[in-house]
Amino acid sequence: MLVSGSQLVKLLPNKRPCRDCGFPTCFAFAMKLASGGATVDKCPHLSPETRAKIEELLIPPMKFVTIGTGGNKLEIGNEEVIYRHEKTFVHEPGIALLVSDKESDEEIQGAISRIRKLHYAWVGTMLRANLLAPYFESGDKPRFIAVVKRLRESIDLPLVIISEDAEALFAARDICADRQPLIYPITQGNIDTAIPKIKEKPTPVGVRAESVEGLVSLTTKLKASGIDDLVLDPGSKTMLEAIRDQTLIRRATLKQTFRPLGYPTMAFPCFMVRDNPLKEMLIASLYVNKYAGIIVLSNLDPNHMLPLLVQRLNIYTDPRFPMAVEEKYYEIGEPNEESPVLMTSNWALTYFVVSSAIESTKIPTFLLVQDAEGLGILTGWAAGKISGSTIAKLVKNCGIEERVKHRQLVLPGRIARISGATMEALDWKWEVTVGVREATAIGAFLPKYAKELKGKIAAGKAVPE
Amino acid sequence: MEYKAPIESNTGIVNVVTLGKPGGETVRIGGENTLPFHFFDDGSWPNPSVFALQILDREPPEDLPAFLYEPFKDVLHDPAKWAKKVEEFDYVDAIQLYLLSTDPADRGSAPEKAAEVTIKVAEATSLPLIIYGSGDPDKDAKVLPAVCEAVDGMNYLIGPVQKENYEVVGKAILAHGLFASAQTPMDINLLKELNVKLGHFFPLERIVIDPLSPALGYGIEYTYSLMERIKQLGEIIKDKMTQMPMIADFATEIWRSKQARENEEQGILWEAMTSLSLLTAGANILTHRHLKSMKLVKEMYESEVKQWQK
Ligand code: SF4
Repeated sequence: MLVSGSQLVKLLPNKRPCRDCGFPTCFAFAMKLASGGATVDKCPHLSPETRAKIEELLIPPMKFVTIGTGGNKLEIGNEEVIYRHEKTFVHEPGIALLVSDKESDEEIQGAISRIRKLHYAWVGTMLRANLLAPYFESGDKPRFIAVVKRLRESIDLPLVIISEDAEALFAARDICADRQPLIYPITQGNIDTAIPKIKEKPTPVGVRAESVEGLVSLTTKLKASGIDDLVLDPGSKTMLEAIRDQTLIRRATLKQTFRPLGYPTMAFPCFMVRDNPLKEMLIASLYVNKYAGIIVLSNLDPNHMLPLLVQRLNIYTDPRFPMAVEEKYYEIGEPNEESPVLMTSNWALTYFVVSSAIESTKIPTFLLVQDAEGLGILTGWAAGKISGSTIAKLVKNCGIEERVKHRQLVLPGRIARISGATMEALDWKWEVTVGVREATAIGAFLPKYAKELKGKIAAGKAVPE
Repeated sequence: MEYKAPIESNTGIVNVVTLGKPGGETVRIGGENTLPFHFFDDGSWPNPSVFALQILDREPPEDLPAFLYEPFKDVLHDPAKWAKKVEEFDYVDAIQLYLLSTDPADRGSAPEKAAEVTIKVAEATSLPLIIYGSGDPDKDAKVLPAVCEAVDGMNYLIGPVQKENYEVVGKAILAHGLFASAQTPMDINLLKELNVKLGHFFPLERIVIDPLSPALGYGIEYTYSLMERIKQLGEIIKDKMTQMPMIADFATEIWRSKQARENEEQGILWEAMTSLSLLTAGANILTHRHLKSMKLVKEMYESEVKQWQK
């Protein structure tokens, strides 16, 4: 739980609201503190102990960790809820590609170009994988160093350096420390020798134990040495262990404010599943839902990546704000001046469903999307966001009148009642047809309508007099 | 600092529903008082979630990719043979019969015809049936009562029961000893309201919640979070109107999407990921169209479920 204003006010000297902090009351100051809008040093009437206590309470329960530098850096942690309906998940997990140093130079070059090329346009955003994870498997240290060097030089993505051999791990770290790689794993076995080496050139650290409980002594020790940019691996081997371990860490972090587990986590579908790429992707998708901050995969097959990246986008969508698409006309297929013009609202879900239904008819179409502040058609109308005059404004301003030679518009069946008002607002220059109520019926409707439209155009009746 | 594992327990228990005709195979769902996969908490999830393969009452529309129905390509013209063939795949727990041809936007076939097909399918298979109308509330108000009569006493699940037709459809379901799948469009208040209305004459223990399940990429996050909430309200707050088991019926939605249709492996993953997400959100029944995607999720689920039931 994040600390609340009412918890903090108990620690303030409520006896004499003096306004020295610039707020009218101690309570107002406490509220501001809790929301991050003020710092505790603004109140001069606190003992050093109280001040320290408040500062401790104000630290977010889950550490914020940055891996990499520059525009592609990965930021994880700082999550505030266990279930997304409580507020929202904040930082999408990084998807990493494992690159074994046993692979040939050509294979490694292939991996680099694959991750570089791999991106998908998805309603206004670009989906892509974001990390490379060089993996020391060859037993040949110079080879590993060469691979890390190569990755570092050929692509500007954050690195997760994986090596059970601590010497190789730190040697690899040394050649790219300025790029803030995550080094993994720090374990019970190597922690004592690792601590001084980490402190030489501090970078984020992946900590591994065989259980959630096993992580506690490790993170406590690291923190005591001033090493606090940690990412946790509780060593889960199966789907159920993954859910258990991730859930317990998230609960301990948020419900108990248990600092030794208050860090983001990392997961390794690449090691949990061998030789079953689809299953590996399913485990990865589970980790998207269940709290991982970094997910390491053995392969980036383009046929497998799109669903995973879409899932990541979906789960990290803020449920408090309906997803909306931009108001404009969209081209589905390659529409021309005789193509139908349909209209819908800008709630992303409505847009998706309608556009994909149109797409599967294979009839090139213009789809006008009306800004309804992210509401659906019917609710948008009920809330006054969609009306005859808003639709008319959109038709006149979006440029569709230059793209089609007809003046025929199809409204969703659910707002049939405003078809008259729409024509009126368009000065009777457009004719409005009432379409279908459900997107599922577009498949039956659109081919017929397109044919009728063609007939009207041929007969010179597609523009109202 | 000492670590004390944050173990939780809930007192609300999800209703148990047993589907399947007398003498046939039955599936039992519900009965849990833990959240999905939370075998580490105090409590149990005694009845594993159930996987239903969807078949149609007509040959599949031509715009669906051929790979989708490959194993059944010789029987697609005959729903009874299709249903019989499903039994060859032992990881299928139940069959969803989707009466697509009754849809006014499809062939608009008559209620009598739907009843006829349904009874043939029911005779052909010993697996439990989940029988879904087209979703057109007016048409379903005619089709579903005819279907209920045809499968009298067979303990099948009938849906979707919607706010526009719950009285007539609900009464038919009750009169013939069946179970109701109550469907509302992704909203906690609407689904509670429908259950309250049904509850005036229909036993709550015979209801399954269908919150509508869009595909990955097309709004799955709404249903994902809604299912999590429904389960939590039922188990933690003990809200009687959300204590029913849930069905995630995405079989039709997945294959509307271009992404699932354009490439088989991508399609399999599209359906499997949707399924796994809703399974982790708490669904008790999951409907698939692709046999391979079902096999993938079911095998993962089963091998793990066994561990936690020991
Ligand atoms: S300065 Fe301190 S004591 Fe004075 S009003 Fe602000 S919080 Fe209260």
